[in-house]
Amino acid sequence: MNSLLFLIPAALLLGGLGLCAFLWAVRDGQFEDLEGSATRILYEDETPLPKRHT
Amino acid sequence: MPLDSVTTHCRHCGQPLLGAATERGAFCCQGCAGAYTLIHDLGLDAYYDRRPLDAAAPAATVEEGEGADPLLGLPEAVATAPDGTCLLRLSVDGLHCGACLWLIEAAVTKHHPEVQSARANLTTRCLTLRWTGAPAKAVEYARLVTGLGYRVAPFGAGGTAAVADPAAAQERALLRRMALAGFAAANVMLLSVSVWSGADAMGDATRTLLHWVSALIALPTVAIAGQPFFQSALAALRAGRTNMDVPISVGVLLTTGMSLVMTAHHGEHAYFDGAVMLLFFLLVGRYLDSRSRGRARSAAAHLLALNQAPVTVLGADGLPQILPPARVPLGATVLVAAGERIGVDGTVAEGVSDLDASLVTGETLPLAVAPGAQVFAGMINRTAPLRLTATASGEGTLLAEMVRLLEAAEQGRARHVLLADRIARAYTPVVHLTALATFLAWVFLGGAAWYQALLIAVSVLIITCPCALALAVPAVQVTASGRLMRQGILLKSASALERLAPVDTVVFDKTGTLTLGRPDLLPDPTLTAAELELAATLARASRHPLSRALARAAGPGPVADGVVEVPGGGLRWQGPDGFVRLGSRGFCGVSDAGEGQAGSERPGPELWLARCGHPPRRLRFADRPRRDAAAVVAGLKAQGYRVELLSGDRAVTAQALAADVGIDIVRADARPADKCAHLAALRAQGRRVLMVGDGLNDAAALAAADVSLSPASAVDVTQTAADVVFQGDGLAAVAETLAVARRARTLVRQNLGFTLLYNLCAVPVAIAGLATPFVAAAAMSGSSLAVMANALRLGGKKPRDGGH
Repeated sequence: MNSLLFLIPAALLLGGLGLCAFLWAVRDGQFEDLEGSATRILYEDETPLPKRHT
Repeated sequence: MPLDSVTTHCRHCGQPLLGAATERGAFCCQGCAGAYTLIHDLGLDAYYDRRPLDAAAPAATVEEGEGADPLLGLPEAVATAPDGTCLLRLSVDGLHCGACLWLIEAAVTKHHPEVQSARANLTTRCLTLRWTGAPAKAVEYARLVTGLGYRVAPFGAGGTAAVADPAAAQERALLRRMALAGFAAANVMLLSVSVWSGADAMGDATRTLLHWVSALIALPTVAIAGQPFFQSALAALRAGRTNMDVPISVGVLLTTGMSLVMTAHHGEHAYFDGAVMLLFFLLVGRYLDSRSRGRARSAAAHLLALNQAPVTVLGADGLPQILPPARVPLGATVLVAAGERIGVDGTVAEGVSDLDASLVTGETLPLAVAPGAQVFAGMINRTAPLRLTATASGEGTLLAEMVRLLEAAEQGRARHVLLADRIARAYTPVVHLTALATFLAWVFLGGAAWYQALLIAVSVLIITCPCALALAVPAVQVTASGRLMRQGILLKSASALERLAPVDTVVFDKTGTLTLGRPDLLPDPTLTAAELELAATLARASRHPLSRALARAAGPGPVADGVVEVPGGGLRWQGPDGFVRLGSRGFCGVSDAGEGQAGSERPGPELWLARCGHPPRRLRFADRPRRDAAAVVAGLKAQGYRVELLSGDRAVTAQALAADVGIDIVRADARPADKCAHLAALRAQGRRVLMVGDGLNDAAALAAADVSLSPASAVDVTQTAADVVFQGDGLAAVAETLAVARRARTLVRQNLGFTLLYNLCAVPVAIAGLATPFVAAAAMSGSSLAVMANALRLGGKKPRDGGH
């Protein structure tokens, strides 16, 4: 059972890291506009799409 | 976009080409051509490739009002940071896809290096701009966005445009609490599962260690994540009421406290997992609830913000000045441009024009005004610029009087108690009495030691902690409001769904609700094509609603050159065959007795066409019902609703329309107070009334009904009064809202029934003293998940039939 002594802190540490990352994301406003983010990744800011030949 | 659609559809907005498209290239209107040029000049043509095929660009409209440009008020809404950075948040109407975001952001940043960031938000339809320089630049940026075809207004209805929304901050706090509770629930459960699975093999010391670690995680979580519930419960208890948060708080605190005592005494059972998991589930429900409600609210506020326009006041120095309507001094001279909404009550000092008074009086006929005439805030100036002398502004206007009537009506509406709160009122005492009875029974009948009996009593409280019960209603509301929102129906009030379900009477207003609120040319077999074409040639030069109706009816064609618009009269044109006049009876020189046919027919707006050598011709118009009005009314009647028409218009007009759409019960000539009285009478008969209306004259009636709907085209006061606001041209939203409300009620009842069943099964187990932490955790999460899954059934389905 001695393994528990470092396994539990390790589990908590990893979970805590995830929690911190999530809280940071919330603070950073990454959950403000889920729909917008979903479509934004489709566009490259600097290189416009090649023109379609019509 | 394929080539063929380029030639038949507008290159910018994708609408089929009508009108004088040939002169403008492949654009439906000047606005779209301008937007296309702007996009092209900025080098952003990729927009047309990027936007989804089904979502066209917003049709750009040219704003011709020379008077108060609403954008001029923008610099006031700019917040300036100490370091000289300006911040502006704008509501952007017409934002609907990722390409729009990209276009707007790219357009604003392209040639403006001083713009630090431009970030558009698709969810809140808000554009946040940061730049260094003068706040007055805001107008330039806003013009750019309006040039692309979007409508903008300062974000948030009040003057607090730049300040973050408190509701949004609260939502974020809720999300953080939810994350914490989720983290804790997962980790505590990890430890609990090992305790359960190793129950026999595990030594006391190990178990206690695991319990202590659980306590270490659970205690701060309960303290932080439980706050919203504790605060709400305290507030309710202070007010002498109970709500759902009271049993929740009692349950969570008792569970945690008892587990702590158990842990300290090396006990076998600790319920930390149950407590944090309960909090996690509840916070999930509450977060979803707040999110959907907040979005509906912000969408409604967004619609309102677009309609708020400042007023141009002519100052003492002769210079025009832009003021909010409420700050216009009495006696001031107010300029009202053609096409602009009047912001104050007043008398006409100078100018002759036609006013669209439909929002104030319910009349469809444009009202001709001349100097001396009384006008009211909310009317729309149609043909020519006017100068008004303000006689009332702010609180003194007819509009404000309507608002007071509305408030009085709202106070009269019996306070609707939410179903969940009603249940909590009955539930709390029953549960607590059961726990007490369990304790007494174990001590006196069972002969147990008092602390053992206390433990069993507490476990009864834990297992009855209304997790599923608290989720039963919000889970359904979230899915219902989400489903309605996708169809452009915004639920503004939390209790609207519950009040909609028992409705048995639907009362419609006429103008703007059953009808589109705009006139259309009535077919007339005696009218020759040549006459119609001639009239339309003149009419295309004018923005008067009747002219537009005429142009719509005639279809595309040439526009006459040199048409003179005589305000309050009509159009005059020097044609090849002499003067042609198109306008009112008096303007065209037709005497009142000239044509005897008038009396017997349906009255309505009319135009006369007068030419040399021809008898004058009459063109008649009527406000057409919405395209699906008859179908929706028939559908509602088939479902057993009583459908009524309640109109401020004249009886003949109202009855004619009622016959068109199939409504049998008509009340016309109703003033706002009459409308309220009629609704009160209906409610006194025991009917549950849904009022659908859009006019200022309906606002009080909307508040007097049990529940109310209003189209998004309605005036702002009316939208504020309504519980539900729907967007779009059709009335199908009315049927859909009622259908969803009824379905939601069924699901809520199923959920409540299930929860009750669960409690009936679980409570005897707890009373018998058999509720181990494992049983409690399994029962609690199982019932919560079942309730949520049941609620999701509402959202997944396609709109049944009423959608389109």
